[in-house]
Amino acid sequence: MNRLAQIAAPLALIALLLTAWELACRMLEVPTFLLPAPSAIGVALAADWPALLRSAWNTLAMALMALAVASVLAQLLALATALSTTLERAVRPLAVVLQVTPVVAIAPLVLIWAGLDHPGRAIVALAAVVAFFPIFSGALTGLKSADPDLERLFHLYGAGRVQRLLRLRLPSAVPFMLEGHKVAAGLAVIGAVVAEFVAGSGGAQGLAWRILEAGNRLQTARMFAALVALGILGAALHAALEHAEKAGLRWWRGR
Amino acid sequence: MVAALSSVEVAYPGRGQALGPFDLTVAEGEVLALVGPSGCGKSTALRLLAGLEAPTRGTVTRTPGRGETAVVFQAPTLAPWLTARANVALPLELSGVPAAEAARRADEALARVGLAGAETARPAQLSGGMAMRVSLARALVTGPKLLLLDEPFAALDEITRRALADDVLKLWATLRPAIVFVTHNVEEAVYMASRVVVMSRGPGRLAGDIAVAGALPRPDGFRTTAEFRATVETVSDALAQGIAA
Repeated sequence: MNRLAQIAAPLALIALLLTAWELACRMLEVPTFLLPAPSAIGVALAADWPALLRSAWNTLAMALMALAVASVLAQLLALATALSTTLERAVRPLAVVLQVTPVVAIAPLVLIWAGLDHPGRAIVALAAVVAFFPIFSGALTGLKSADPDLERLFHLYGAGRVQRLLRLRLPSAVPFMLEGHKVAAGLAVIGAVVAEFVAGSGGAQGLAWRILEAGNRLQTARMFAALVALGILGAALHAALEHAEKAGLRWWRGR
Repeated sequence: MVAALSSVEVAYPGRGQALGPFDLTVAEGEVLALVGPSGCGKSTALRLLAGLEAPTRGTVTRTPGRGETAVVFQAPTLAPWLTARANVALPLELSGVPAAEAARRADEALARVGLAGAETARPAQLSGGMAMRVSLARALVTGPKLLLLDEPFAALDEITRRALADDVLKLWATLRPAIVFVTHNVEEAVYMASRVVVMSRGPGRLAGDIAVAGALPRPDGFRTTAEFRATVETVSDALAQGIAA
């Protein structure tokens, strides 16, 4: 009963809002280009779904590629900085600057560097920039979070610096790295969509391009359909990563 | 003598004097309890003996060999990502013992603390008492000359701590390391140790050095004997004077 209510409650709220929206649109006779009724969006969704699915896959593929690139670079850099406090002091401010600079602001530059014929590369690079920080920061925090008493034991048993890094600090960092990847994956999708907007061309036909294209033609219902697809993509990715994080923690802790 | 502190003092910046001047000599194979009020620096004294900390003044004498000193902390302090066997094998592996040999000796150590069959369990799957036994097995696996226990049973329930106290004494009887353990429980100190050193309130100094008669490991019903009660009273008095001083 409780579980049923847990699933039913959000669904009921969505149904209620959609009904209110539908009724308002019909009764107030809102023009479709301004705000289409949910039924019109449903029709657009049904008509567009093969194209939307392809676009969603494009966006997802670029986000995942960016996540992979960011994961490798961020963790390598975190390992290197963990070995040397001087290096950490040198790297941290730069990493923070990179993080606080809005991705839209550097997008035009990256588009030029990647070559205007390769918007896909630019989008992956930009999404990777966004995904980099949570992984780097999580890994760095994790590498410093080893149990101090375990650190003392390693010291007592004469462990060297590399032994300590590989056998104590790296395994201690695993939960932080899992969390970092979860956050980074969500950000990578956002970064990819933002970069697609800036790229704006048909070279990379992701979901943002669907929104732009429909917007240029004032086909508002199709814009909403693309937004729905984006929402579903985000939610599915979040659920998948939440699951992956739990599985990872179970493996790490053995329970 | 396995270890000694001679007129050691420890002062922390911003906190002032935490310990001493304090003297302590640990004889080979003796079981010594360090008792004192909270904040008297008894854990600091233990860390000095372990070589985890250096004194501000005074000298610490200890056996410098790898694995000759072992420490068990208040928490089991196990690596959650390793099995019980891998946790126990860790000190050996860190000092270059081949993996197969380390695993074999780890299994032996686990069997000695009564955990045969739990070799592949993870710390999260063990109860508090079992995790503490794994920690004990890890401390004993290198065959230390000096075993340091920092309030090792403080987080456990009364029945488990009594069982563990007997087990530690049984292990001591077979391996004969010198044991120094810190506690704020007077009965536990008198039960487990052949000598109880009482410290005054911080910065801790010597407030009493009391020998405990009777065989180790303790015979059944030792807690009800008159000598036990009398020694507990003596230690409690010394502790009260140390707190008042």
